[in-house]
Amino acid sequence: MSWLDKISGSKLLTNGRRSKSVPEGLWTKCESCQSVLYRAELERTLEVCPKCGTHRPIDARERLNHFLDPEPRFEIAANVIPTDPLKFKDSRKYTERIKEAQAETQEKDALVVMRGQLMGLPVVTASFEFSFMGGSMGSVVGEKFVQGVDAALEYGTPMICFAATGGARMQESLFSLMQMAKTSAALARLSERGLPFISVLTHPTMGGVSASLAMLGDINIAEPRALIGFAGPRVIEQTVRQKLPEGFQRAEFLLEKGAIDMIIDRREMREKLYRILSMLTHFTPTVVEQPN
Amino acid sequence: MNLNYLDFEQPIAELQQKIEELRFATSGSGVNLTEEIARLDLKSRELTEQIFANLTPWQVAQLARHPQRPYALDYIKTLFTEWEELHGDRHYADDPSIVSGVARLEGRAVCVIGQQKGRDAKERVYRNFGMPKPEGYRKALRIMKLAEKFNLPVVTFIDTPGAYPGIGAEERNQSEAIARNLFELSRLRTPVIATVTGEGGSGGALAIGVADHVMMLQYSIYSVISPEGCASILFKDAGRAPEAAEAMRITSRDLFQHKLVDEIVSEPLGGAHRDPAAMMNTLKQKLISNLERLRHTPMPQLLANRYQRLMSYGAHDRLN
Repeated sequence: MSWLDKISGSKLLTNGRRSKSVPEGLWTKCESCQSVLYRAELERTLEVCPKCGTHRPIDARERLNHFLDPEPRFEIAANVIPTDPLKFKDSRKYTERIKEAQAETQEKDALVVMRGQLMGLPVVTASFEFSFMGGSMGSVVGEKFVQGVDAALEYGTPMICFAATGGARMQESLFSLMQMAKTSAALARLSERGLPFISVLTHPTMGGVSASLAMLGDINIAEPRALIGFAGPRVIEQTVRQKLPEGFQRAEFLLEKGAIDMIIDRREMREKLYRILSMLTHFTPTVVEQPN
Repeated sequence: MNLNYLDFEQPIAELQQKIEELRFATSGSGVNLTEEIARLDLKSRELTEQIFANLTPWQVAQLARHPQRPYALDYIKTLFTEWEELHGDRHYADDPSIVSGVARLEGRAVCVIGQQKGRDAKERVYRNFGMPKPEGYRKALRIMKLAEKFNLPVVTFIDTPGAYPGIGAEERNQSEAIARNLFELSRLRTPVIATVTGEGGSGGALAIGVADHVMMLQYSIYSVISPEGCASILFKDAGRAPEAAEAMRITSRDLFQHKLVDEIVSEPLGGAHRDPAAMMNTLKQKLISNLERLRHTPMPQLLANRYQRLMSYGAHDRLN
């Protein structure tokens, strides 16, 4: 091992490929425009590349942290944790995959739900953690989402969901399929009470989540370039045996086809959603009298 | 190899062939082989019972997909009278992979929705192998709304490999079409009974599967993804579908145990296709008795029960 390898470690050069993250922490590279970006700035821009506008993945909790007012916040259903109802095992045990995902993400499962305020407007928010088994929806995601809807019903607030998911969680088989019905039924109740549901589809929103809660927004919003659909592009390509059109299943494509209302840049999400929700809910901010 | 029989049924096929030969010999000559034939018939029956008592999930999947298995239109035309098919989603097209209409069950009018596969090569293509497109779900929704409006119960027959993974299906937002059906079915103000008759493939199946009573025929399957699809993702090898079928618990017995379906409808020995008339009769009685029960449930109670059941789906723990 040369002295260069010793000081740089294996991160800088691996099989001639460009290393994904140069030194961990301080600098990072935009996968899209290759610009070298300052980590601290990326945190300020909510993981959107300031050079090219690419929306990079953002942690579920991080997203809500930026989206909600700092106070008050109450996490919902934090005590709901996964189990392995089918004793599922493929190349590895499902229980092992859960443990690994928990260690990696510090989350119990793929959804974080919080009640809080958006510029003073009370809301319930749910956010998918894509790093947890591809943001897949199993029993825990379904249950937490429903408890979020229940909280929205209880407090009479809108519900907002940020989806980032590959779809249903295969390791829970039919239990996960039924979460589609469960979450959709809860949203029907919310709708009957006249409370808005805003669905934000981020990259990617696919499969069983797309075909249930994510497409049921009173308003469906996507982040730029997000991949959104039911069947994955590879499966479609294999089935129809033809090349998919450019931009197929991207947010811009869905907007053109009439599937979503609008595309919003993550950095403007707070302001725009506040504006829309305050109109839908006839919300007027209560001005707090400053004591003399 | 006898193509009317699956590979694991070949011993039965051989016996059956022998019986046929003996019958032929008897009819041609004066030799009386009746006793021998009766003995072999009994043996064939015992053998079938033995094989069918220990089916693997993958073998069940093959039965669920058997090319001779009764399809939705077979059930519809036998169980009901005065069947009138209704077409089209009113927006884009009529999807032949979902059939729908009105009919009478024992004299009472019902709305019927079913996924239809094709029997021969030409019809299979016409029916898109039972894989619905968005207009199919939207047609189904229209019929559900019709049922609600005119106070008719809904009876659905589920038999699909899954939603069609095509370009047009995505362009017309099949995600929304499926989601909308789940949403509307959860609160539809009329009784709904769903029966998985063959393959219950993923979201395509669920889109007509949210109901007050969900039944599965004994050798039908119901899963979040096909065994092949699961195997190709988790094992990177579609050929390991039998293992995936095992792991995913796709059989009626497993799903009933986990309370994900409400009732198993037993099939004739050797499967529904061996004695379609018996199958039809069993299913008809189940539909009649369950509809009778649901018909007498007051609407608020019916909807509350349905919601309660949907909310009960799931297996999770709680931290203290």
